[in-house]
Amino acid sequence: MTAYIIRRLLYMIPVVIGVLLVTFCLFTLVGGDISQQIAGKNADAETIAEIRHEYGFDKPLFAGYKLPEGDEQLWESEKEAFIQNLKAEAIEKSGSEEVSVTEYDAKKKWLSQRFWKGIKQGKLKQVLSMLTFDSQFLDHFKKAFTFNFGRALDREKIGEKIARGVGPSLALTVPMFIGTVVISISFALIVAFLRGTVWDHTIVILCVAGMSIPYLSFIIFGQYYFAYKLDWFPIFYDPSRPMYLSIVLPALIGIVAGLGTNLRFYRTIMLDEIRNDYVRTAFAKGLATPKVLFKHVLKNAMIPIVTNVVLSIPYLILGSLLLERFFGIPGLGYLMIEAINARDFFVLNAMTFIMALLIAFFTLVTDICYAWVDPRVKFD
Amino acid sequence: MRPVKGRSLWADGIRRLRKRNFAMICFGIVLVYFILAGIIFLDEVFNWNLKAFQWNEIVGPSYQAPMAEYTWTPEGQTESRTDWTLFGTDFLGRSTLRKTIYGAKTSVTVALCASFISLLIGVPLGAIAGYFRGWVDDVIVWFYTTLGTIPYILLVMAFAVVLRENAFGWEIRGITAVYLAIGLTSWVGICRLIRGEIIKRKEGEYVLAARALGCSNGRIIFKHLLPNVFHVIIINFSLRFVSFIHAEVILSFLGLGETDKPSWGAMIDAARTELARNVWWEMAAATVAIFFISLALNIFGDALRDCLDPKLRTD
Repeated sequence: MTAYIIRRLLYMIPVVIGVLLVTFCLFTLVGGDISQQIAGKNADAETIAEIRHEYGFDKPLFAGYKLPEGDEQLWESEKEAFIQNLKAEAIEKSGSEEVSVTEYDAKKKWLSQRFWKGIKQGKLKQVLSMLTFDSQFLDHFKKAFTFNFGRALDREKIGEKIARGVGPSLALTVPMFIGTVVISISFALIVAFLRGTVWDHTIVILCVAGMSIPYLSFIIFGQYYFAYKLDWFPIFYDPSRPMYLSIVLPALIGIVAGLGTNLRFYRTIMLDEIRNDYVRTAFAKGLATPKVLFKHVLKNAMIPIVTNVVLSIPYLILGSLLLERFFGIPGLGYLMIEAINARDFFVLNAMTFIMALLIAFFTLVTDICYAWVDPRVKFD
Repeated sequence: MRPVKGRSLWADGIRRLRKRNFAMICFGIVLVYFILAGIIFLDEVFNWNLKAFQWNEIVGPSYQAPMAEYTWTPEGQTESRTDWTLFGTDFLGRSTLRKTIYGAKTSVTVALCASFISLLIGVPLGAIAGYFRGWVDDVIVWFYTTLGTIPYILLVMAFAVVLRENAFGWEIRGITAVYLAIGLTSWVGICRLIRGEIIKRKEGEYVLAARALGCSNGRIIFKHLLPNVFHVIIINFSLRFVSFIHAEVILSFLGLGETDKPSWGAMIDAARTELARNVWWEMAAATVAIFFISLALNIFGDALRDCLDPKLRTD
């Protein structure tokens, strides 16, 4: 068992590294240098350079050149001439008079020329001293492993933002989740017992019908009808009133919208159990139906149910994107939508990594629980 | 002696399917949506300008209720006239019915393209992983475990945002970004499924026979194994299609969907501001449109699964 846990823990390492690679590809390689977008359309070159430096976009992607110690003098002396040279070249190429060469670009070019010259001449020591691995790639990993994600576009620390969002998210999703699980399991037991009858077919069709209505329609209609028209609940989250008031309606909408999928899922589990021999035995020895259902079937069906519950925990923390957005609940889902609207890749990156970590961890917990509860599971 | 003509798995499955009237009705509904999308596509390509697909045309004042008569003066004309529409008009006075019909094309295109992309990535990767095992398998399993560890909604959103913002200098607009984002992120499920199926089947006698005859690995995978798991792909495809249509709605709401042309997601999203003015028909029309194709596909997909692979049956 211990060996199994250790092996599974070790397997998390490549997965976490993989997640970091994916987020790096997405947000840094494909997303690219967004300092222009951050600074706005009318920003001057200086502001952009500042932002570029602050967010680390001026660093190379994987590895780059640096000025070795002791060579500053050389660069200073050659700087003017080199920039002039570059300018002349650029003017010749484009044909127009107005060409600007920044010192930053010139230095980069000068270093790369020097680097390749060094390689051609076989000066290995000089070449190596010019390489730096202080890159965006390294920063990406550093940020993730120290959980120091820096600042979002609105200058607030990302860590604080996320920590603030967990509470409201859980306040919404936990009651919603408990409600969904309890209701769908009780219904599933009843439906499984009534299998093959008209009731069973009706409920299954209703489930599929519920699954077929878009989630967004549930939310928009529910908010309009129960909060706006009937005025039973507040339309928006109001910090001055008790939390549960603003939670009730979104939680109810979430339960109703998710009932179809969940009920069908649990019904399948229950049916798998009810076909077993021990159920027939229990009935044969004259046990009452409720006793068979709740004492025998439910107990045995607990393994897939618990698995499902444990696997859902990270998603509870993530919150409900759409519900939070519509009801103005300041949770993590809301944070995500804000980040998308602001094109804030830094927040998205941090959220993706943290969620992936949680999911990897809870998957591990599930597997261990599974192995622990069910002695038939082999450790390999 | 006359050779006995055997019935294939497919012939058997389709025979069983034909007996289910309800499933066949559902298949008909799905077919209607597809044909509609196809005609709209052809209409755009060949400029037929069929009236029912002119979603751009202004047919009345803004926000006219369904089936209500109204008098209005079309632009450029002096005479006012009395008109009515089946599903009302939107803010700009365009017909909701035509927008809903056009939405079928948007949704079917998104779902089809996303399905093809995810199948194109998932099926070969799953087949190769299951067939070769060893380090190839390890790498592919690692890759899809990694992607599977990131919550799906986060992944789709991240892809959609990034693709729209900045994709190596290409301009990716409208629904292209939508189906690319959905397709590139949703192949994990089918990949896992195909891998499992291939592992189960690769020790079969027909594979051994093919190998004994000197078939190459590629031929065994693509000519012998994949046709035998094709029904798994089809079943998965039909059920996955629904979730893609729903994903389009959510992406539209997030502002990451189609912006120039009508889509069901955009229509439902518009209801956020419209409902307070008692304009319910745009959202209702789009919801009903999504409801019927989802219901039909769900029921048909389940029936397909029961008929083609009774072992996968869940109830």
